[in-house]
Amino acid sequence: MLNDFINAYSLMNLRYLLAGLGITIFVSIISIIGSYIIGAILGIIRYVKIKYLSAVVGFVIDLIRNLPLLLIIFFIYFGLPSIGLKPSSIWATIIAMIVFESAMLAEIVRSGIQAVDWGQMEGARANGLTYTQALWHIILPQAMKKMIPAIVSQFISLIKDTSLATIIVLPDVMHNTQIVYGQNTNYIIPMFLMLAIMYFVVCYALSLVSRYLEKRMA
Amino acid sequence: MINIFQNYGADLLLGLGNTLLCSVIALFFSLIIGSMFAIFETTPIKALRIIARIYIEVFRNIPLLVITMFFYVVIPLMVAKIDGFTAGTIGLTIYTSAFIAETVRSGINSVESGQMEGARANGMTFWQAMRYIILPQAFRYVIPPLGNQFINLVKNSSVLAFVAGFDLMYQGNVIASNSLQTINTYMAVGVLYLVITMPLSYYMRHLEKKLA
Repeated sequence: MLNDFINAYSLMNLRYLLAGLGITIFVSIISIIGSYIIGAILGIIRYVKIKYLSAVVGFVIDLIRNLPLLLIIFFIYFGLPSIGLKPSSIWATIIAMIVFESAMLAEIVRSGIQAVDWGQMEGARANGLTYTQALWHIILPQAMKKMIPAIVSQFISLIKDTSLATIIVLPDVMHNTQIVYGQNTNYIIPMFLMLAIMYFVVCYALSLVSRYLEKRMA
Repeated sequence: MINIFQNYGADLLLGLGNTLLCSVIALFFSLIIGSMFAIFETTPIKALRIIARIYIEVFRNIPLLVITMFFYVVIPLMVAKIDGFTAGTIGLTIYTSAFIAETVRSGINSVESGQMEGARANGMTFWQAMRYIILPQAFRYVIPPLGNQFINLVKNSSVLAFVAGFDLMYQGNVIASNSLQTINTYMAVGVLYLVITMPLSYYMRHLEKKLA
């Protein structure tokens, strides 16, 4: 048993796993940046109630939020080639992640803005700020503070969810682990343990950051 | 998309049935396990609090797919042969129970602490006070977030496709490769998921407004 662990954690295998973890983190970071920007824009559009546009955006967000991410990954991976784009599995994953996560974030942003006391807006308007100025300088900074825990936990689930993209052969840490233990059944338990530790370290570190930010902002 | 429903309707319905079945089973057991760990976290006994904290933190920070694959690959190797549906449902239960534990714990914490003190002062034990005073009030707070957990559960049950669990997603993959109408098939699958999750999420939003 102990021998299995020593053999399984050979330098070559660990390096292969870390290469996979690198892909997982790369995909996650690009997706986080993309979905944060798009999610914030969509959330604000949904909040400010632009005629027709907000209703349409709201409906599409609800549709995407209620579908499994796995299905969206399939849609992107198999659907984009039919309009002439052929993304690699890395870019297909990133696009699918941004589509799904920006819908989730839009909802967090909208409810975060709504949670800010309406009197803040009235006060800002009464002091001569325009609606856009009030939103930008008064409402959004306060809303952001309230949103931090929800946004970070959404990012944690984004990192975990990238593992689903192994189904379209994204060479991430989950996929590489499967390759290693596929060669030798004695490696299964050591490899699963290492995989769990890697995800745990990344996600738990992020949740500690969230707790720290929450305390400092409060 | 219509012709997918016509030609493969029975297969899709079987998948939908399995998805619902596994979600309901996983919800039932994760409610029990989750509530148990939530109560552990609020007990005065330190050892129980530590056990609960470790359980919740570990399973919240590991992907569902890793947990599910672990049960699908390791359990048959070490213990007994189990099929994909069982492995998937166990994985879903464990993963969801960690989230439900967090939800129920925050529900318990939102019950005013005077309630516990009052119950204890009236001669109830900790467990009696929990059972008759705190939990009934806590569950009122947690119904909307639990509903959202159930929606997540239905969506997350698509991991059964990885372990041949014959759920909706798995059936969709089989139909897609048989019919060669990939996009139409996934659209049909999407419609069936939305039929379950959309009404639920609108109802939960309504409930949240009503309880707030």
